[in-house]
Amino acid sequence: MSKQETDHQGLESEVTEKLQSQATELVERLNAGDYAAAMTVINDLSEVRDQSLYREVGRLTRSLHEAIRNFQIDPRNAEQSEALSKMTDASDRLEYVVQMTSKAANRTMDLVEEAMPRASSMRDEAAELRDEWQRLRRREMKPAEFRALYARIDTFFVTLNHDASATYDNLSEILLAQDFQDLTGQVIQKVTALVKEVEEHLLSLVVMAGHVDKITGTVYEPAEEERKPVSAEQGVGPQIKADELENVMSGQDDVDDLLSSLGF
Amino acid sequence: MKILIVDDFSTMRRIIKNLLRDLGFTNTDEADDGNTALPMLKSGKYDFLVTDWNMPGMSGLDLLKEVRADENLKTLPILMVTAEAKRDQIVAAAQAGVNGYVVKPFTAAVLKEKIEKIFERIQ
Repeated sequence: MSKQETDHQGLESEVTEKLQSQATELVERLNAGDYAAAMTVINDLSEVRDQSLYREVGRLTRSLHEAIRNFQIDPRNAEQSEALSKMTDASDRLEYVVQMTSKAANRTMDLVEEAMPRASSMRDEAAELRDEWQRLRRREMKPAEFRALYARIDTFFVTLNHDASATYDNLSEILLAQDFQDLTGQVIQKVTALVKEVEEHLLSLVVMAGHVDKITGTVYEPAEEERKPVSAEQGVGPQIKADELENVMSGQDDVDDLLSSLGF
Repeated sequence: MKILIVDDFSTMRRIIKNLLRDLGFTNTDEADDGNTALPMLKSGKYDFLVTDWNMPGMSGLDLLKEVRADENLKTLPILMVTAEAKRDQIVAAAQAGVNGYVVKPFTAAVLKEKIEKIFERIQ
C-alpha cells in the first residue's frame, strides 16, 4: 500500500507541475493578447486533467484487480482460485472452530458424566463402610456381621482400585480434550489475519476511489446511512470488553445490583 | 418438578441439565428456541422454564412475553440464563416479568442460588 501512495504522490506532483507551468503560460499568453495560443494552452490543460484521470482510472482498475486477486486462496491455481476465495475458506475455518469446540465440550461432558456416578458410588460405599467400621470399633458388631463386613471391605478395595484408576483415565482424557484450544486458536488467528488483510485492501480501495474523485473533481454527499441499531430485543450476544463499556453489566454482581434496584 | 431448558447450543443445554440434576431436578426437557419451546410449554405441564435470550427463531425475551401473555402459563417461573448483559436488556427482561437473570459465563453456585431464590419467593 505504501508503494501505491508514493506512486500517487509522484503522479500528483507531476500533474501539479504541468498545471502550474501551463497556468503561467496561459497568463503570459493572455497578457500578450495571443488568444489563439491561450486556447491551445487551455486545451492542453484539460488534456493533462483527462490524462491524469485516465491514468488514475487505469491504476484503480489494476489495483482493484490486484485486490481481488489478493482475496483468492491460491493464485497459482487459476481454477481453484476462482472456486475458492479466502473468504469462503475463512467461514469454513470458523465452522471448523464451532465443530471442534462443540466436539471437545461434548467429549468432556461424556467423560464427566461417566466419572460422576462412579465417584458418587465410591463416596456412598465409603460412607457406609465408615459407619460399619465405627460400629466394629465400638464393639457393637456380632461375629456374623463382622464376617460380612470383612468380605465387603475386601470387595470395596478391589472396586476402589478399579474405579479410581478409571476416574484417573477419564481425567487424563478430559485434559487431552482441551487440545481444541490450540487448534482453534491457530485457526482463529489465521482468520483474524485475513480480516485485517481484507480491511487493508478495502481501505486502499477507498483511498484509490478518493483519488479518482479528487482528480475528476467529483463531489458527492455521502448518503447519511441510517445506521440501524442492533436490536437488543433479538439479542446481541456476549459483550466483549464489558468492563470498558457503559450500559453493559460486567458480571453477575452488576446484574444482581441492577435487578435489586428495580425491586427484585 | 418438570423443567424445560431452552438454548440453541446443545452443549449449554447439557451443562444446565447436568447442573439441575446435581441440584436434584432430574425431570428436564430441552428445546432449541422459543418456537419449539412454546408448544411444549402449552401442552407439557412444566413447573419451571430456564431460557437463553439470543436464539434463532423466537428469542428468549419473546418467549418470556408469550408465556406471560398466555392465561395458562403466565405464572410459570422463568429464569433467564444468557450472555446478554446490556443494562437495557436486563431492564426489559425484568419489565417483561422474568423471575431471575443469570449472565453467562456462570457458576454452578450462582445458578443454584438464583433457582433457590425463585422457589423461595414462590412458596
